[in-house]
Amino acid sequence: MPDASRWLRAHLWLVYAFLYLPILVLMGLSFNRGGMPTAWTGFSTAWYGKLIASPQIVSSAVNTLIVAAVSTAIATALGTLLALGVERRRQSNALDALLFAPMIIPDIVLAISLLSFYTLLGFSLGLHSIILSHVVFNIAFVCAIVRTRLKHFDYSVVEASIDLGASEFTTFRRVTLPMIWPGVLAGAMLAFTLSVDEFIIAFFTAGPGESSTTLPMRIYAMIRFGVTPEINAMATIVMLFSFTLVLASQRIGKGVVTGS
Amino acid sequence: MSAAPVMALERVTRRFGRVTAVDGVSLELAEGEFFALLGPSGCGKTTLLRILAGFEAPDEGRVMLDGKDITGLRANRRPVNLMFQSYALFPHMTVWGNVAYGLEMEGLPRAEIARRTGEILELAELSDLAGRKPDQLSGGQRQRVALARALVKRPRVLLLDEPLAALDKKLREQMQLELKRLQHEVGLTFVVVTHDQEEALVMADRLALMDAGRVVQTGGPRDLYENPASRFVAGFIGVSNFFEGTTAAGGLATEAHGLLRSAGEGAPGRPAAIMVRPERIVLAAEKPADHNGALGEIADIAYHGNDLNLHVAVAGSERAVIARVGAADETASRWRPGQRVWCCWRPEHGRLLTE
Repeated sequence: MPDASRWLRAHLWLVYAFLYLPILVLMGLSFNRGGMPTAWTGFSTAWYGKLIASPQIVSSAVNTLIVAAVSTAIATALGTLLALGVERRRQSNALDALLFAPMIIPDIVLAISLLSFYTLLGFSLGLHSIILSHVVFNIAFVCAIVRTRLKHFDYSVVEASIDLGASEFTTFRRVTLPMIWPGVLAGAMLAFTLSVDEFIIAFFTAGPGESSTTLPMRIYAMIRFGVTPEINAMATIVMLFSFTLVLASQRIGKGVVTGS
Repeated sequence: MSAAPVMALERVTRRFGRVTAVDGVSLELAEGEFFALLGPSGCGKTTLLRILAGFEAPDEGRVMLDGKDITGLRANRRPVNLMFQSYALFPHMTVWGNVAYGLEMEGLPRAEIARRTGEILELAELSDLAGRKPDQLSGGQRQRVALARALVKRPRVLLLDEPLAALDKKLREQMQLELKRLQHEVGLTFVVVTHDQEEALVMADRLALMDAGRVVQTGGPRDLYENPASRFVAGFIGVSNFFEGTTAAGGLATEAHGLLRSAGEGAPGRPAAIMVRPERIVLAAEKPADHNGALGEIADIAYHGNDLNLHVAVAGSERAVIARVGAADETASRWRPGQRVWCCWRPEHGRLLTE
């Protein structure tokens, strides 16, 4: 049925256009010399230059990278260990639900509950509280991704390693970790991406002032004075960055090292 | 067994919840012997192997190695290696890396690791494949890598969990003899777990047949085949014909065939059976006087190429009596389904089983 397939293809392209046209427009406008969203006045990278020249933007970019890097590192370590532990237990739906919850709970709910929790404990707010909050949901994502890799994991290789004289730790370092490494890396990349463009939770758990403002918070602050080409430029950078990471994490996730 | 055993189990019991997987098993493994643990699935043979390897701790009893109690010693400290049923090769390492791994764990000098790895790969005919990853190997090659990886450690005892189960039939038969040759060459004690009685008979010097967590009988392949201790052993190893009755003076009293004479004799009046192997049964039109005999009718003839199995329906037996006749035997072509025939055997070829 060539006719049906042609319609399906047209439909596919329409969906893609719907999804990506606004983003392409935004990317185009970030190179617009005049700065008005209504008229194209020539190609320019001036807005990117302006972006880099702004100390506020640079400092919030640095904050974002710190939050993303630290929370990713912590969440990857904890999430991987959690996945290893959970997969060796007997299957439990209740436990699975608890593990998935941080991925599904609306950000706003998580944000408010974390803020209340910190206040209750008398915990000071700042970059560290954002980092901790990001660890909370990132653990769930890392754990979920690593678990999919462990589904087909042949645990007899762990026993084989011990049988050949290795300690538990050496076995983890030389056998288990290398075998699940693609999953760990994919989980870390996803965690990093999620952390970089996370707004609501960071917004609620950040401290007062500039010192703990992240990039999405900065964009939100700027946008109150209208969408400027600077924001377009920044959004373009953030998006390309996330897009690259997601693509890379998918690639790595597929690079299978099976036990069979 | 005159020499001290390499490894021994003393009244070892292992329970999983309510299930007793291994129930008071005692075994002795002699230096350099090829020992098989045989039994149906779920009989506890794999648990027993894992106790020998150190992956399971017995609830009761002791595990001895060279006269020392090693019950509490963990798998990575035992000079005993296990070849896993799934081979459990490290997929991210090359053949060389897999084989050298165990030596690296011993902290040997690099030169010695390289030398011993090279030697064992040579022996296993894997030298050309040293740089390959496990997923680039055939099933038979993977099996050899797994074997080399365990052998290179020069264990006191090598344990093999269903080593040939993953191979196809042709390769399996070839590997049975190959394994035996290899074991002879390296002079190590091998313990093979298998559910395949033929495999156990071909390979093992001695075997233990297990059922429901216990060792039912231990002995050489011929012992177990010719002199099974019970119906279970007779039924599990090879094909058996049973004639039911009660013990009486001189043999077994049966309703259908009168007194069947046998060599052994039990306390009279107990339910028992005489077991006769198919190759011991002679088919004849008239029963010779010095033979036992059961009259029946040929129900079926199964052609196996090298021999024929004749199924003879006999009064008093639910299952047809199976008689094996070599295809080269000139009497083979004489039999037709529906013919009446005597299934005969010498009294010494029947075994009286009271259990």
